[in-house]
Amino acid sequence: MSTYFNIKKKLDHFTLNIEYGFESGVLVILGESGAGKTTLLNCISGLLTPDQGRVEIGGTVVFDSEENINVPTRLRNIGYLFQNYALFPNMSVEDNIYYGIKNKKEYKDREKRKELLSYSEYIMKTFGIYHLRKKYPKHISGGEKQRVALSRAIVTKPRLLLLDEPFSALDEDTKQVIYNEFTLFKQLFNIPTILITHNKRECELFADHMIVIKNGKLSS
Amino acid sequence: MLSPIFLSLRIATIATVFSLIFGILMAYLLNKRNIPGKSIWETLLILPMILPPSVTGYILLIAFGKRGFIGKFLLETFGVQVVFTWVGAVIASFIVSLPLMYQNVKTAFISTDPIYEKAAETLGSSELKKFMTITIPLAWPGIISGIVLSFARAIGEFGATLMIAGNIPGKTQTIPTAIYFAVESGNDELANKLVIIMTVFSFALILGLNAWLKGKNYIGRLYEHLFQY
Repeated sequence: MSTYFNIKKKLDHFTLNIEYGFESGVLVILGESGAGKTTLLNCISGLLTPDQGRVEIGGTVVFDSEENINVPTRLRNIGYLFQNYALFPNMSVEDNIYYGIKNKKEYKDREKRKELLSYSEYIMKTFGIYHLRKKYPKHISGGEKQRVALSRAIVTKPRLLLLDEPFSALDEDTKQVIYNEFTLFKQLFNIPTILITHNKRECELFADHMIVIKNGKLSS
Repeated sequence: MLSPIFLSLRIATIATVFSLIFGILMAYLLNKRNIPGKSIWETLLILPMILPPSVTGYILLIAFGKRGFIGKFLLETFGVQVVFTWVGAVIASFIVSLPLMYQNVKTAFISTDPIYEKAAETLGSSELKKFMTITIPLAWPGIISGIVLSFARAIGEFGATLMIAGNIPGKTQTIPTAIYFAVESGNDELANKLVIIMTVFSFALILGLNAWLKGKNYIGRLYEHLFQY
């Protein structure tokens, strides 16, 4: 199992209690708003600490309450696409995308730096945002922001990609275009992915595995 | 007439630099980190803004005097005397301008959406890098207004400065103390000149700050106009 999580966390209105594991492909987590979906992603990424449980990413344990393991978020090697994209407003598109690779140890090595930079360029070209690289987030459209945010999340070659309602902020026309792109993306990059949504259609389109959560628990 | 002006500028500049460093540090520790006794620390920081300057000055005089616990330490360890020197004036200005710096930086820190810092963490950023590349740049307007207001407060500091540094012409006499003693000794001409300088200077400072903060928008709009369409 490359990705596994067993998370217990007490929240205001209910207790989140979910266990699941999968090898590859896209796991879609379906649930109404307030069902605990984002909290679950935050627990997997390490932005929140579960009360109890175990998380494995890429076959490595990053959290285990019994063994007292809690790897900080920055060392978990994940890609996280936030609901509002969270592009840094003080940086251009390319600086947003380079941010993650500049944090890597390999970036200090001249040869590897070249590799990382050309990979970033390849990603930007693949997502059709290369011509926007000098612009700032507030000057690009919603669909473009989504592509930049996805590029930024995958350019570090994460072992797990977390997508929090990645299409919900897009208008209907853009959504269709991005859906098609995302299908291509899935085939091209093949990164284990957890996608959370309340949209059943997205579930049909992208799910290799699927779970539904209700009030913090798995529901059939 | 020039010596109090230069001395005031020097004292206010040094005090503002210290306020900047400590203001940002304290705003970070008290609002981004879980420090025990947060409200006590915060109250202590803000206190000089509420206390009468003479009370602040008296406390400083006791603490930094030859027999005060800090003053004694400084004198015996470094041979530095604080009371009735310009260093004392710097300390007084620093203590009274720190609350303004802290408040401005704090407001800027807590009004920034924490999602950007979270995003930086998921991208492998260390705590220090996150602070330097995300937290500080996004709080920049608050930091600038903190600098300007602290500097203005520091250059206008009178009560506490008089208590700890006194009024020694050429050594510790700043613009505000020079004005007070010029009026007291009937030297209206000097008082008038210094008052005009002080007023014009403060006016320009606030006007400049407002223009800068608005100007950011103008530049932003110009940029949008030039590059988007």
